Amino acid sequence: MASLKDLRSRIASVKSTKKITSAMKMVAASKLRRSQDAAEAARPYADRMGTMLGRLAAAVGGSQGAPKLLAGTGKDDVHLLVVFTADRGLCGGFNASIVKAARLKVRALKADGKTVKLICVGRKGADALKREFGDDIVARYTGIEGKKGIDFSAASDVADKILALYDEGEFDVCTIFYNKFVSAISQVVTAQQLVPFAGAEVDEEQEEEATGSSAVYEYEPSEEAILADLLPRNVGVQIFGAMLESSASEHGARMSAMDNATRNAGDMIDRLSIQYNRSRQAQITNELIEIISGAEAL
Amino acid sequence: MTDTTVLELVSPSALLKSEPVEMVVVPGMEGNFGVLPKHAPMISTIRPGVIDIYAGGKVSERIFVAGGVAEVNPERCTILAEEAVAVSDLKADDAQARLEAADAALKAASTPHDKANAERELEIARAQISALSN
Repeated sequence: MASLKDLRSRIASVKSTKKITSAMKMVAASKLRRSQDAAEAARPYADRMGTMLGRLAAAVGGSQGAPKLLAGTGKDDVHLLVVFTADRGLCGGFNASIVKAARLKVRALKADGKTVKLICVGRKGADALKREFGDDIVARYTGIEGKKGIDFSAASDVADKILALYDEGEFDVCTIFYNKFVSAISQVVTAQQLVPFAGAEVDEEQEEEATGSSAVYEYEPSEEAILADLLPRNVGVQIFGAMLESSASEHGARMSAMDNATRNAGDMIDRLSIQYNRSRQAQITNELIEIISGAEAL
Repeated sequence: MTDTTVLELVSPSALLKSEPVEMVVVPGMEGNFGVLPKHAPMISTIRPGVIDIYAGGKVSERIFVAGGVAEVNPERCTILAEEAVAVSDLKADDAQARLEAADAALKAASTPHDKANAERELEIARAQISALSN
């Protein structure tokens, strides 16, 4: 049985842990608000880009002049996976779930005899994946989220790397893995094909409404030239979107994880306090019995 | 009430503008073009330059864009810009500094990729300076 002093110090240490977790929760909550706003603000651009590309892709169709980014290389032997995780832990299952999804995908691809290359964005993912697939990691990026949130140039860096690899024929298919932000307590692991362009899911009816009619578009310069300009840009935009979603998800996950931790610490303090009071009471009773029986003996 | 078309100006980080305008002049890759209501549908890439928004027959707002793409249809004009700033917020010193930095980057560029980037940056800086001078 723990002595009173032991109990007191345990209570004190749990109390200070609780203070830390509740402070982390506050920080995550304020960061969440900011990154959620950023993620939501970035959606219109990505949406419109997707719609426009979908229309262009339909116009160019399977013609011979279609850029490689749209048509693909005609093979699917080498897969590039871009995995978005956080730089820091203590955010519940956030990193673990994305790493698990990526690991399953890599194993499945390898079982099919494909070659897999990995780009890790965020330190945690790189750390977790290098144990099993250390040789497959071609690039890693950390420190994406600066003081002022995520800058588009960080996304451009990653996009440039991907495009450079594609130009050199280093991979055939590129898929990105990230946590899509749904709410503070729910993030969905999402896999999205980036290269070749898979086409945005355009709701037909909504589309009709937006344009008024399925009018024929004029292109200036040619469709191919616009596509050649737009496709690489789209890669950057998608990466940027994924970074923002991932960051909002991270803060959401951390907030709920820290909320749980704070609550658990509170429960533990309650339990320890009860135990402390009981043993203190038992000790007093003991002392009284000793005194009384001593007095009776006289 | 005059006819209006909806101008949407979107940058990667935010929806900057979504409002009805009478006319907007966009710096297209193959020359400036004006967009009035009921414009024929078209898609065009944009070179670095200034978007002029007209109200009451006069330029009411000038916005600098560093390139992007515009989609026009009879009801709206959507501009996806990589970088957009009001011309009144541009600073001559900043533009000059950007020009010099781009110049230096172009000289130092070794790979075709770096070179293309630097050239683009140079073009943007030149367009900024010319936007400020008139």
